[in-house]
Amino acid sequence: MAVPITLEFSGGAELLFANQKKHSIELPGSQKWDVKSLLPWIRDNLLQERPELFMQGDTVRPGILVLVNDADWELMGELEYEIQPNDKIVFISTLHGG
Amino acid sequence: MAADLERLRQEICRREEELSELKQRLADMEKKSVEDASDGTEPKTIHNGNQKLTNDQIGRYSRQLILPELGVKGQVKLLSSKVLIVGAGGLGCPAAIYLAAAGVGKIGIVDYDEVEISNLHRQILHTEHRVGVSKAESVAISCRNLNSSLNFITHKVQLSSDNAMSIIRDYDIVLDATDNVATRYLLNDACVLAGKPLVSGSALRFEGQLTVYNHKGGPCYRCLYPKPPPPETVTNCSDGGVLGVVPGIIGCYQALEAIKIAADIGTPLNQRLMLFDAIDCTTRTIKLRGRQVLCPVCGDNPSMTQLIDYEQFCGARATDKDQEKKVLPASSRMTAKEYQTLLENGIEHVLLDVRLPVEMEICHLPHPALNIPINTVKKDPSALVEQIKRQLASSGIPLDTSPVVVVCRRGNDSQLAVQLLHDSNLNIRDIRGGLHAWARDVDSLFPVY
Repeated sequence: MAVPITLEFSGGAELLFANQKKHSIELPGSQKWDVKSLLPWIRDNLLQERPELFMQGDTVRPGILVLVNDADWELMGELEYEIQPNDKIVFISTLHGG
Repeated sequence: MAADLERLRQEICRREEELSELKQRLADMEKKSVEDASDGTEPKTIHNGNQKLTNDQIGRYSRQLILPELGVKGQVKLLSSKVLIVGAGGLGCPAAIYLAAAGVGKIGIVDYDEVEISNLHRQILHTEHRVGVSKAESVAISCRNLNSSLNFITHKVQLSSDNAMSIIRDYDIVLDATDNVATRYLLNDACVLAGKPLVSGSALRFEGQLTVYNHKGGPCYRCLYPKPPPPETVTNCSDGGVLGVVPGIIGCYQALEAIKIAADIGTPLNQRLMLFDAIDCTTRTIKLRGRQVLCPVCGDNPSMTQLIDYEQFCGARATDKDQEKKVLPASSRMTAKEYQTLLENGIEHVLLDVRLPVEMEICHLPHPALNIPINTVKKDPSALVEQIKRQLASSGIPLDTSPVVVVCRRGNDSQLAVQLLHDSNLNIRDIRGGLHAWARDVDSLFPVY
């Protein structure tokens, strides 16, 4: 049973993904997926360049905010959040310009 | 001629500042004369039956006074509120002018920098003839022209760990309209320590972000971002570009949030983050975590009780000005003048321009160039080395003698490219200072962007 979800990248994070902001994907296999296992899947399957600008260790690099269905992932269990079908996971690179 | 022009510009500037001061004096005297008159037996407010606003104020703010949510009560709060804007740039300009228009009694503006021509597409309170003038002063002049009855304070300093607390102390609400990571952490910590809400805006390219930190149980900047981003992941407006209206919109939102907090109306944006995408014209507001009990600055047992060295903490300078990198030894570099000589002598070479195609369209050197953006160079340098070798070979040029010259806008990316493309068979160098040096030292008619 593949898990269909939507991924979005903004704030410049999309530049690591061939400048494509929205990705509809299906997470393969029958196992349960959480954000912790999603991150390396994104790195290995979607990321176009420089993985160090997306991940640091087993989490996102500092300066990227993760949203699960429009809420801060901290409210949802961060890496442990178990991904549900049709979830929307968003990665936002913080802006500093002005 | 040039000296005359410069003299005239300075004269206009001087008079503008003088005029601005006179207006402030007039406003102060008018205010005083009204107060003096009201010391007599007849209170000045007898005609309007309102003890709190003057007739002038009622007239000026009438269109917002009649909003039931704001009313006299809210306007009185605005007039007695003190808002500090840190950064007189793309966010600070629109924020300042709306705060002045709405009648925020005291508006402070912090900026150490001076107006440049490349600021004007987004920093809309500055003017052509105020190029070279203090940005804080320039914003105060424009705001005073709109509303001379308010008190404008300019702080022409770089906000630092030494001065932040004493500057912030005099204000109720702080706007983060800065342009770099180190100053954002500094301002956050100072606002937490001083107990002030921080209305934070940022913008780059076509996107903007907005939130209110340290307010009504919401998080501070550090709760969200305990660790600073790696410096190489941070892009400034000068490198990434920004459409002027985007910080314009976010700066207006910052003024709006500050007005709401000052007048105590509506629902502030604390513990929420608004994301604006101009390309798709979408806004999205998301729920953020609350204040973190373990936060080192706003948590229950804070480990930080005073400001620290933020440039060290972030590993980056507290400015968005570009730093000149020194990656290559002098032997791997040539000056713009040396490249000019090479061109004049008709020496066969490969010119590699590592800027984006959009930048090639703006301007390029007078020699056909191979255009490979630096990010493409980074992906597969050895393939590019082979491509260059093939190009040299097909022209029948001996590899080791004919130079490969790398150029970019300022001479930073070109150094990285030379480093990546290092090959014992190639004579490869970059142009020190890039196209900026070419414009400065060789061709004064060459554009600078």
